[in-house]
Order: sequence, then C-alpha cells, then structure tokens
Amino acid sequence: MPDVELPADAVIVARLRARDEAMFAALLDAWSPGMLRVARAYVGDEHAAQDVVQEAWLGVLRGIDDFESRASLRTWTYRILVNRAMSRGSRDARVIPASALTLTAEDYAPTVDPARFRGSDDPYPGHWRSHPERWPTPESELLARETRRYLAAALEQLPARQRIVVTLRDVEGYSSEQVCEILAVSAANQRVLLHRGRAALRAALEEHFTQEVPA
Amino acid sequence: MNCDEFVELVTAYLDGALDAHTAARFIEHLAACDGCERYLEQIRHTVGELHHLPGDSLAGHARDRLLAAFRDWPGAAAP
Repeated sequence: MPDVELPADAVIVARLRARDEAMFAALLDAWSPGMLRVARAYVGDEHAAQDVVQEAWLGVLRGIDDFESRASLRTWTYRILVNRAMSRGSRDARVIPASALTLTAEDYAPTVDPARFRGSDDPYPGHWRSHPERWPTPESELLARETRRYLAAALEQLPARQRIVVTLRDVEGYSSEQVCEILAVSAANQRVLLHRGRAALRAALEEHFTQEVPA
Repeated sequence: MNCDEFVELVTAYLDGALDAHTAARFIEHLAACDGCERYLEQIRHTVGELHHLPGDSLAGHARDRLLAAFRDWPGAAAP
C-alpha cells in the first residue's frame, strides 16, 4: 500500500525527537497496517501480530534519538519489526528459523505445472499445450473486492518465507534492495522466493477466474 | 527459448536482473508467443492486485497505549 503523504525522513525524525505526538500518530496510522501484514507472516494469529507491531513501535521509540539515517526510517522500522516478529515467532513455536531464507532444491522446482507444456516427443517441446486463459476484467467493484479477498486468502496460504517476501515486495512495494536489507538475504534468494510466491498466486487467481462463477 | 523456460524468468525480467543475452532471448520469445505474453501480463496483474490489498488497522486500545507511551517517553532530545 502506498504511503499517505508523510514529510521527509529528516522532518519526521526531528519531530519525533521533539516529542510531537501528532507526528507519531500519523506514522502509526500510516505504517501499522503494513507492519501488521508483515507480522502476520511470522506469527500464529492476529492477536500476536498486534503485539509484535506494538513492540516494534516501542522499539522505534527507544531507538529514535539515536537513529542515524543510513537506512530510510521505514526500512529501519521494518527491521525492528522483523526482529521482534522472529523472536515472537520462535516463542510461539511457529518457528521461522534464521536459516529459513536459505534455499533448498525444492525452491528451484518448476513454478508452473510441467503438464501445461508439451513433452519431448512433441514437435514443440516446452511450449504451452494451451495458452493460459484470458482473465475477465472485473465488471463491478463487488467482483473486484471478491477477487482481492480471494488473493488475500491465497497469500495467507503461501509458505511463510514466500509470504514474507511477497508481502514486502508486492503488497508493501519495497524494492529488491530494501527487502534484502530488511531480511538480510541476498538479492538472488529473495527473488527466488518472490518468484515462487508470485507464480503460486497467479495460479490461484487463474483457478479463481476459471471456476464457474454462479450467476 | 521455450515457454517453460520463459515462465521461470519473468521475475528476474521484471526486476531487470537478466543478463543482456538472456534478456534478448526473453524479449524475442515474448514477441512471438501469445501464451507467454498473457502469462507475463497475468503476473503483472497479480502484482498490481497485491498492491491494493486492504490492510488491518492497529487495534484502538493498542494505538492509545502507544500514544500514551510516546507522551510519557523521557528525555526529549535537544535539537
């Protein structure tokens, strides 16, 4: 989700240091929804995610007087968030171990069902058997909302590591560089997880769109 | 390039992370294959929809507690 209009980092930081409550409230309202979404990828339930986000904001308060603007304020805040979420996640035994962002052979398996492509005995091996079907353009706001609800549910079903990267990159709109900084992963590894996550979500939408919709 | 290779490169392509040779093969395939053009468009569409997912808000009591904590936070730094 795009940011609402917030001033530049330097202005925000100066106001927070001057204990400008309205500035803090604006920041809470602008960033908490995205932070909750990221926290949900780490911890078991909504309640725990709310706790993690609160703890992260307290971490921001503790650190703001010493904040140095090497990273953007938002990236720095998200790094605090991810650290809180990881320790909370391990307390909840829904563990995302530090090694979780290391890739295995599975992560390099095809992201599209190989049965969708022609076999080696075909004159055009590796080409689509039939092209992906065209998706309908949503005719109403209601249908668009329905699609987003479906997509949100599919995102929740992704393996945690894919969900974390997709949430940061595509839902929150962070760049590859920023995600690598927040999660301390290599660009190549975050791209593999992003790729698997996106492909799975495209497939989920395809299923959604090609199901017969009751009239 | 075959379609089954193309679909595994879309994310690297969208990130501008393909080497020049692979990028050229990717574009060449894209220009010739309607199925892959649609696949790429659907990935883009998926990403676009993700960016519009609504978020939850911080619970009211949590927000109040944080604002109270901020109010009571010691030692406003001198500018």
